[in-house]
Amino acid sequence: VRRAGGGAWVAGALVLAFLLLFLVLPVGQVFAAAFVESDGTPTLGHFGAFFQQGLMREAFFNSLLVALLSALFAALIAVPLAYFTVRFEFRGALLIQTLGVLPLIMPPFVGAVAMQLIFGRSGSVNLLLGEWFGVNLPLMDGLAGVVFVEAIHYFPFILMNLTVALRSIDGAMEEAALNLGCRGWRLFRRVIFPLAAPGFAAGASLVFVKVFDDLGTPLVLGQTNLLAPQAYLRITQVGLEDPLGYVISVIMIVFSIAAMALSARLLAGRDYATTQKGGTALQRRRLSPLGALAAYGWIGLVLLVVLSPHLGVLLLSVAKVWSFSPLPDAYTLEHYATVFQDSGGMIRNTLLYCGLAAGLDVVLGVTIAYLMLRTTLPARRWLDWIATASLAVPGIVLAIGYLRFYKGVTLPGGDVLLTGTWGMIMLAYAVRRLPYALRSCVAALQQLHASLEEAAENLGATPLRTIRRVVVPLMAGGILAGFVTSFITAAVELSATILLTSAESQAPMSYGIYLYMQSVAGRGPGAALGVLAVAVVALGTYLSHLVVERTQGRLAPAASRGSNA
Amino acid sequence: MFKRPLAVAALLAAAAATQAGTVTVVTSFPKELTQAYKTAFEKANPGIKLEILNKNTVQGIAYVRELPAGQRPEVFWASAPDAFEVLAGLKLLDNVAALANKSAPTKVGNYPINDPQGRYLGQALAGYGLMWNTRYLAANKLPVPRQWADLAKPVYFGHVATSSPSRSGTTHLTVETLLQGEGWGKGWTQLLQIAGNCAAVTERSFGVPDGVNNGQYGIGLVIDFFGLAGKYSGFPVEFAYPDVTAVVPANIALVAGAKNADEARRFIAYTVSQEGQQLLYDPKISRLPILPPEAMGGKAPQGYPNAFEIAKRAKVHFDSELSESRYNVVSAMFDQTITFRLKELQAATKAIHAADAALAHKPNAKAAALMKEARELAYAPVVDAAKVADKEFLAVFAASKKDAAVNKRVTALEDHWNSSARANYERARSLAEQALALAR
Repeated sequence: VRRAGGGAWVAGALVLAFLLLFLVLPVGQVFAAAFVESDGTPTLGHFGAFFQQGLMREAFFNSLLVALLSALFAALIAVPLAYFTVRFEFRGALLIQTLGVLPLIMPPFVGAVAMQLIFGRSGSVNLLLGEWFGVNLPLMDGLAGVVFVEAIHYFPFILMNLTVALRSIDGAMEEAALNLGCRGWRLFRRVIFPLAAPGFAAGASLVFVKVFDDLGTPLVLGQTNLLAPQAYLRITQVGLEDPLGYVISVIMIVFSIAAMALSARLLAGRDYATTQKGGTALQRRRLSPLGALAAYGWIGLVLLVVLSPHLGVLLLSVAKVWSFSPLPDAYTLEHYATVFQDSGGMIRNTLLYCGLAAGLDVVLGVTIAYLMLRTTLPARRWLDWIATASLAVPGIVLAIGYLRFYKGVTLPGGDVLLTGTWGMIMLAYAVRRLPYALRSCVAALQQLHASLEEAAENLGATPLRTIRRVVVPLMAGGILAGFVTSFITAAVELSATILLTSAESQAPMSYGIYLYMQSVAGRGPGAALGVLAVAVVALGTYLSHLVVERTQGRLAPAASRGSNA
Repeated sequence: MFKRPLAVAALLAAAAATQAGTVTVVTSFPKELTQAYKTAFEKANPGIKLEILNKNTVQGIAYVRELPAGQRPEVFWASAPDAFEVLAGLKLLDNVAALANKSAPTKVGNYPINDPQGRYLGQALAGYGLMWNTRYLAANKLPVPRQWADLAKPVYFGHVATSSPSRSGTTHLTVETLLQGEGWGKGWTQLLQIAGNCAAVTERSFGVPDGVNNGQYGIGLVIDFFGLAGKYSGFPVEFAYPDVTAVVPANIALVAGAKNADEARRFIAYTVSQEGQQLLYDPKISRLPILPPEAMGGKAPQGYPNAFEIAKRAKVHFDSELSESRYNVVSAMFDQTITFRLKELQAATKAIHAADAALAHKPNAKAAALMKEARELAYAPVVDAAKVADKEFLAVFAASKKDAAVNKRVTALEDHWNSSARANYERARSLAEQALALAR
């Protein structure tokens, strides 16, 4: 850690300005309702109204329970997947890791409908179980249903971050442990997993906070006794400006930040950095035939479950009528024909907005991570906390905040409203997905030993040059993971999109899916557009992999080959 | 580095520029409907372009409200009458009384088709009814329901779905119709019995027809076009109006401070004209015209429902002032005692059904007394008829919740309803279980 120089101050000020302009001030203006009387005098009475309700206390504990259990089950899915594919010689490791990201790209509504068609009360699984064994598993019922869906939706957060972390462990550590006679489960538990802990914690805390603040899944499953749905139901009630909704949102923000701070504390005071980035990574081992069978079997089963919603969307997109039967009645390609007519612009818009937003996110993410871990800038942790708080801001609140805060602001040299441009949609995406990129960048930097930078500076490199030629290339894996997560989750963002779209020509694909899914006849085309969205986003992800690898190769050939082998 | 912001700004400007003569319509209606109107209107009025902006009702209101005058969309077009009341309250609507179709009746049943103050016009009619999945009913060996009261029967336990009055204006109307038709106490009892049989109270009103279409629920309480559109799209579903139903208009209005008000007036007049009304007969749209069939130029399809006949059949003399006066109370009661306590209500209802079945085989006086008490606990409303007629009580709910003191009073009441509902349902379940034990 070095002292904060002029550059750090400038960078910190820029990041802070961005967060203030596009998160704190617009959202603060909306949330002010939680703190004032109808005539504008400040009050804390609304918080009193919150705490006196038994339902709210119940909702809080339910949210907490669901978030904890979801993080636990997500870890159970993700840790073996990450460990097997990184540690062992595994056929199709890349394929597995690519497929493992897909659950995050679950288009709104389509994904929920598909889940119901597969796992619901009258879904394929239960219809078949009923036919064969006469049983019906309540997979999608109650809080357990929420945990089930959340875990298989969000485990990629852990998978991606943990994979990157495992890859950057210095192989010498493992060799040393082996030489000292440590192997098997003990080696994993005492050496490998602890060294990868920043990545795991980054992913698990994201899952926890994301689930805690998640709205879509509980609403689709009809679970209203959780905090996020309670806030949403009150904010979106027609004609009723209910301050309690904003009170709940404020409480969720405070809690999310506290959770993040706690996870940071747990990691604090330990050193996860290893120096030999350019050297050997963890050695890949061969699995015994029996072990291979078990590993492949387990991974196959997990992938089957977590990818079944996508299978459902695929089936829905080619189904004529699918109702109360394990499989659709008849198949057709006409939904794709419908969609191809008017989605060209939408695909382009999605790629443009999400690409720019994710790019902005990793720039901000790297900057914040660097300021936080490598400088003594005062109050630097606040940048992290403010950025993380956006997880708990409902999309509709952010969008209302933008419309209100930038009301009447026009682009220079015209009467075009700033809020009428797609720039607002892109910025909303960037702000809402910043926490994902940020966690990945922080984890990547935590694993990087400061001595490498010191060496570069001893050799005469300026701090900026050190960042460019040493820090960023060595963080590339984490940056890519952040970019990909931001990009693909932005592609399926809905609530802010609907409100901020002010012309059909600037609508992204998520808006198109929403539009179709509003009507009975639109389910097929909606699903078809959902499949296209998944395909486009997956392609975008793959291309960004290529770009990063190429840049990395140019900047630091030796290092990249070593750590990506 | 510096070239990019400029290029981005230029792109932004190009994308946001709108053509002259463009009418922007904010609507919650599905694409099939808006596309049909766009195509027909643009053909009839070359030179005017229609830009459809699809947003759900709440987001539509927020969007209109947050834009400055002169930059707002021209037309607001949606179902829920309360949304238009909110916009009118914010002075965001211009008077459109002059655009009304003169051949339309003033009322359907007892409900005015156009806003009497001329702030918005009825554009299509819709009634509430029952929709069911025929495969689901066959697989679960369930009879076809005809009336609301049927849904309270034990056979339908766990097979019904509805939305909540706080989420959907039409659900609110149905609930209010039931309360006015049966009286406050009896109406709530029936409502609670039906709710006890519900598998879910969905957050979006579209969640109900969607769930019935894909077979998740057997029977749904839905607005007619959802049911009819599902049927005409080939799903194994049927729809019927029960005797007690509310027929209400979906509305269209002119937003104040819009750019192209004249073109917008042309569009609004078109949607309520005979030509515009005929578009509603499209099977994918399946909505009821505001004109009686004889005024539709002989285009009415054979057997198409007649909104005015359905409204006439309805026994309820709908009092919209009464409905308005207790709007927030009914919504809050429904959410606190049904939506948020559904799990406990379901459990109580299940236990009551089970005990009833056992007692039918083996009557037992003591058990019957327990059951009477259980029923009262589970199915009596938390607010009685005298209280809801009390002006002072209603005033609490009508006041602005932005005042902390009001908010505290309201939430304290809501909390009381919620916790007593929970305690009552749990007690009812245990009483019913005792009765069941006695009947064994």
